[in-house]
Amino acid sequence: MSAAARFLLRGGRVIDPAHGTDEERDLLVLDGRIAPADTPVPAGTPVEEVGGLLVIPGLVDIHVHFREPGQTHKEDVASGTRAAAAGGFTRVVCMPNTSPPCDNAGTLRSILDAAERKGVVRVHTTGCLTRAMEGAELAPIGSLARAGAVAVTDDGLCVQNNGLMRQIATYARMFGLPVLDHCQDTSLTEGAVMHEGEWSLRLGLRGWPSAAEEIIVARNLLLAEHTGAHIHLQHLSSARSVDLLREARARGVPVTAEATPHHIALTDAALAGYDPSAKMNPPLAAEPHRRALVEGLRDGTISCLATDHAPHREYEKDVELDFAPFGIIGLETALPVALEVLHRQEGFSLPRVVDLLTRRPAELLGLPGGTLAPGAPADLAVVDPDRTWTVGPGELHSRSRNTPWLGKELRGRAVATAVGGRWVYREGRILADNAEG
Amino acid sequence: MSPSETAHSWQRRHLLGTEDLAPAEIHHILDTAASFKKTLDRTQKKLPSLRGKVVANLFLEPSTRTRIAFEVAANRLSADLLTLTGTSSSLEKGESLRDTACNIEALRADMIVLRHSAPGSPLYLSRIVDIPVINAGDGAHEHPTQALLDAFTLREHLGDLTGRKVAILGDILFSRVARSNIWALTKLGAKVTVVGPSTLVPPTCTALGAEVSHDLREGLADADAVMLLRIQHERQARTHFPSLGEYTQLFGLNAERSSWLKPGALILHPGPVNRGVEIDSELADSHPSVILEQVTNGIAVRMAVLYLCASAARLASNADLPA
Repeated sequence: MSAAARFLLRGGRVIDPAHGTDEERDLLVLDGRIAPADTPVPAGTPVEEVGGLLVIPGLVDIHVHFREPGQTHKEDVASGTRAAAAGGFTRVVCMPNTSPPCDNAGTLRSILDAAERKGVVRVHTTGCLTRAMEGAELAPIGSLARAGAVAVTDDGLCVQNNGLMRQIATYARMFGLPVLDHCQDTSLTEGAVMHEGEWSLRLGLRGWPSAAEEIIVARNLLLAEHTGAHIHLQHLSSARSVDLLREARARGVPVTAEATPHHIALTDAALAGYDPSAKMNPPLAAEPHRRALVEGLRDGTISCLATDHAPHREYEKDVELDFAPFGIIGLETALPVALEVLHRQEGFSLPRVVDLLTRRPAELLGLPGGTLAPGAPADLAVVDPDRTWTVGPGELHSRSRNTPWLGKELRGRAVATAVGGRWVYREGRILADNAEG
Repeated sequence: MSPSETAHSWQRRHLLGTEDLAPAEIHHILDTAASFKKTLDRTQKKLPSLRGKVVANLFLEPSTRTRIAFEVAANRLSADLLTLTGTSSSLEKGESLRDTACNIEALRADMIVLRHSAPGSPLYLSRIVDIPVINAGDGAHEHPTQALLDAFTLREHLGDLTGRKVAILGDILFSRVARSNIWALTKLGAKVTVVGPSTLVPPTCTALGAEVSHDLREGLADADAVMLLRIQHERQARTHFPSLGEYTQLFGLNAERSSWLKPGALILHPGPVNRGVEIDSELADSHPSVILEQVTNGIAVRMAVLYLCASAARLASNADLPA
């Protein structure tokens, strides 16, 4: 281990929502772990002056695509975890839509091995619901669980067959694995590239009705209720989905949901210039939907933020909008976008925004981390909430640049990120001494 | 007003749609087209305006009449033509539109006329190349020269369009012609009603400035003109209405129903016509139909568009313009 598994962060504003902490104080890291508040500082401990900065748990993202194996020209575990570190994230959960898909223990182990060798933050992965994500036969969910899957999902390929989905939920529950579902009734979205509404009509683009998501949300709420399985709704985008979820959660149905920074920040008006970096699945929706997502986060209906970090290379996105792949990267812009929308525009407290990016997502999947608990590994980020910076191509550590914020100015940025007490990112630079990276 | 006078106030190098045109710009194109139309019946039909210039017709979606009309228009202006169609281009070999366009530019083409299935592709192209881009139809988005020739035809017959009612009948949802016409005609002061089955005429059309009707009689009432759109039956006959027969029964135009229009109202159709489907065959050939005039006017309008955009890009010769 390189530099400082021991250091003192002096004078920062320490925010740890899991313990209700929000105070200006020093934070000591010893042997890679958070030291209890009254621990004497050993002589010779390096001191970092962090006055005016936030000291928060490392961010946790339960929805990333690192494209390894199979599409490593877009991203791999090395570049993806570097983007994560640069965004203040110390723990991520990979989706299984790799090539080949992660539908067996061998592929899953190979991803975790790659993360061990090349990653600079902690990596978990999910397994598929169905073999080859074909939506026809159960994947070996038990083997995937034993190999370390933290959840199961067919991510972008929502299982259309309700009978099969019921079996999956019932079976996954036996292993305590949450089922993550990308809610999309594909019979309603054939050829669709953007939210159906005034903008799709104006632009002549094929519209994607919000009912495509709501119908599957309703199905999942019912199946969670009937089977007792935890079904987690990925990247919600529709107001009615939020209503349905709120009602089900009030009745104690084991359902949760995430929202992405882009769905709470942008609307379908972002497609006005046919910008492929505003094309994602589910699509950006109209303003009332965006508002409903914010309110869902405010009242806890939606449990956390997740980026759906989906890298595609410039030449893949630089085509006619109809032909561009869905998806945008998000790890390096999530924090400033969340601060802008939720804190500065919507009045969420800083601890609340931090909570949505740390403890909540970790708890949701039963992952360690997301807190600064004494004795816990020192996974943390030092954040300047007011630093303005321009999202230039040279600033990004992802292998891809497909973000609608490219060239835009954002406010708030991680200035340093530590994993297990080791600095992996600092002021624009990755510090990990990982040879393969 | 002659083109040489009006050309000075035309600033656009590209014609991407009618949505962003100002009313004065539309009049400008139509006035210029009127001058060019006078030259169409000369024995010597060529004007020298684009002599020595290369117009690339990049048609990546099947089209006959629009492509031919642009060819005729470019020929009349003495341009040389480079025609690339979906089957002859390298896009089918996996080349991107960007690379195709850059190659066309490297071949020293002076303008590109683009027909493409993807909405927004002309805008995309205009950001890539330095030469003027003319939209000849982009998916379900816009078909500005069609709307301009429709407006030209209406203006020739009706004069000022302020307060005139135009019904657009048929598949609005998937129609670039409908969108471009809604924007062009409302900018010229007309009132536009879109009429057709509820599956093809979404209520959001009101946001584009049109009124919506699913009742043919109500939609046609007191209209000064009706514009029929082609029913693209391969695709929609199964999914958006039960059968061509039922469509014709509900929304087909025939002599009796045309009496619901204002007396002497015009019948337009962008072609190609499905005789017996959206319009009764005899009615299509009868007096109020101006379908073939539209075709001729399409040459004049496209000459005007090529000429004006070339002028804005300082390509056109100002000598020897039609009087």
